[in-house]
Amino acid sequence: MNKQLLLGAEAIALAALDAGISGVYAYPGTPSTEITEYIQKKSHAIDQPVRSTWSANEKTAYEAALGMSYAGKRSLVCMKHVGLNVAADPFINSAITGVNGGLVIAVADDPSMHSSQNEQDSRFYGKFAMVPLLEPSSQQDLYNATRHAFDLSESVKLPVLLRLTTRLAHSRAGVERSATRMQNLLHAPYAPERFVLMPHNARRQYNLLLGMQEELEKRSENSWLNRLISGSGPKGVIAFGIAYNYVMEIRQAYALDFPVLQIGQYPLPRKLVESLFNECNEILVAEEGYPLYEELLRGYFGGNNIRGRLDGTLPRAGELNADIIARGLGIEPKKVRAIPGIVVNRPPELCKGCGHRDLYDALNKVMNSFAEHHVFSDIGCYTLGALEPFNAIHTCVDMGASITMAKGAADAGLRPAVAVIGDSTFTHSGMTGLLDAINDRSPLTVIIADNDTTAMTGGQQSSATGSKILDICRGLGVEEQHIRTIIPLKSHLEKNITILAEEISYEGVSVVIAQRECIETAARKKRTQAARS
Amino acid sequence: MNINIILAGVGGQGILTIASVIDRAALQSSLTIRQTEVHGMSQRGGAVQSHLRISNREIYSDLIAEGTANLILSVEPLEALRYLPLLASAGRVITSTDQFINMEGYPAMEDILTELHRTNLPVLVNAAELAREAGNSRTSNMVMLGAASPFIGIAATHFEEAIESLFHAKGPEIVAVNIRAFRKGEELSQHQATTP
Repeated sequence: MNKQLLLGAEAIALAALDAGISGVYAYPGTPSTEITEYIQKKSHAIDQPVRSTWSANEKTAYEAALGMSYAGKRSLVCMKHVGLNVAADPFINSAITGVNGGLVIAVADDPSMHSSQNEQDSRFYGKFAMVPLLEPSSQQDLYNATRHAFDLSESVKLPVLLRLTTRLAHSRAGVERSATRMQNLLHAPYAPERFVLMPHNARRQYNLLLGMQEELEKRSENSWLNRLISGSGPKGVIAFGIAYNYVMEIRQAYALDFPVLQIGQYPLPRKLVESLFNECNEILVAEEGYPLYEELLRGYFGGNNIRGRLDGTLPRAGELNADIIARGLGIEPKKVRAIPGIVVNRPPELCKGCGHRDLYDALNKVMNSFAEHHVFSDIGCYTLGALEPFNAIHTCVDMGASITMAKGAADAGLRPAVAVIGDSTFTHSGMTGLLDAINDRSPLTVIIADNDTTAMTGGQQSSATGSKILDICRGLGVEEQHIRTIIPLKSHLEKNITILAEEISYEGVSVVIAQRECIETAARKKRTQAARS
Repeated sequence: MNINIILAGVGGQGILTIASVIDRAALQSSLTIRQTEVHGMSQRGGAVQSHLRISNREIYSDLIAEGTANLILSVEPLEALRYLPLLASAGRVITSTDQFINMEGYPAMEDILTELHRTNLPVLVNAAELAREAGNSRTSNMVMLGAASPFIGIAATHFEEAIESLFHAKGPEIVAVNIRAFRKGEELSQHQATTP
């Protein structure tokens, strides 16, 4: 047996390559980034080339993946949970068109919000779009399920959603490969009756999707990802996805024998669920994420034999673990040491020497001269400017919202209206908001912190940096004299303050681009060059 | 065999290099492994940890349950204390005494030491100094691994082979200095373990 030690994210990547994908499409986002990175690293070692560069955002990624599937080839599209909000439009509608080549969407949720602004549960989207959803519990199962997902997608002609969570994405375990498969040949049949979603086609296609649900449930009943582990006792557990691991950990540690229904494929297999309910008086529903199926199983009025997140047996929010499951099963917690009172938090911070520090030093100086000094910001390393010692930004909501929220606040009369956004976030979802501001002549200053990379997720290639960003701003209609460039360095502090102050006081749309390479990627480049020479 | 290790440190200190060596050594010994990592925002100078579980049977949970860690291996003394609820009653703390202060309210070293000494025979390691003695100040992670190695239940030779394979691409000198650092830590640990 030849096992490789892989992160869950990497297990998906390897499986997708082995399943014969022709392309992966993604925008970086913790905890999904490593899927695409692994394919980028490995694709040179594969006989058939696999397209793998980063997309501008999750929506463009999804649509390109759908296009590849339309042309008959297999494609993988990866994102974090909030990325699926961005890609929701093509995702939901691709369930109506259906697919040709296998199309698998790997979505990594982040319960407990380790690196995210919410802990939304992507299983909701699976139900919403009425497509099959897989939720394996181990790295090996992730590998096998990814292979299974491509087969399933090509068999039912639907996109298949593969859900994982941070813990599985970022945990390593031994993974064994199975046989590799060739890519599909180009095969793009004309099928406007499926792919032209005008109402007359959409209605028929939607009815087809509704008609498929019974078949999808039958597949769940027979899937290796769903199985009943028999046992004894009045209490039973339905363990969804990774919750299975914690349930089994407790079952093993305390030598318990309760029956467990493991769920790893949706729609929910009704017969399996019924057989557990027939065996037990009380059911603990363990879901990593929202109590989506607990709610369904309880029904609107009843279900008083059901325990879970909704009745306080398990916490309503946050990631599960074995200790939480133990308490949920009524096991007396172990007496353990407390964290000593002297242990203070160690929040993340901007790296020493990072250009964002110098940008915020200058910006704070300028903003402090105004009575209203709101700064609308966005998602990236520069979000850390919200913390001590800078306290420089006052919003961070979703990708691109800095510009549009600043615009709305300006429309409401707030002066000055300032947005701080990174290069990658700007091309992800900031450009269209800037166009709105231009069309409306909103008095707004957009500071684009261009560090030449997508830094927070580990330094991926950014869609547009440097002169390309200048060209985009010009193209969108920002006046040439109000596109300014600064270099965020200590030695430029005074100059930068002057330029920022000039543009912030301008009653129109202005852009200040702060250009300085991320020190992490610069150091990495240096190391790679040194290793080469 | 069943061992649970919490690796602790600050983002950027490289605890994943330690994890990677232990993983390789465990894989060599045909053991089952689960090892979590922290990616994303916390990597920027925040508290980071890795749960590392090694067993000769199936491991279900990627996370170590409360009171079941055999070791806390920390490259920073305050970080060692953050995970005490996970430590088993007979578990050991092996920590570097080199402080990394990047926030307000960092406690006095004296208080940290008092708390560390409340645990069961902690192994305190002047890792940076030993790394310099080994010949490269950047090898303190391998010093710490060496100090923990007698408690992991994997033969030292497997660790040294793992270090060799991990650093192989960087040349024989880097391999040698990392092995020297590993041995420095191991010696210190053996010495502390036998000295009351």
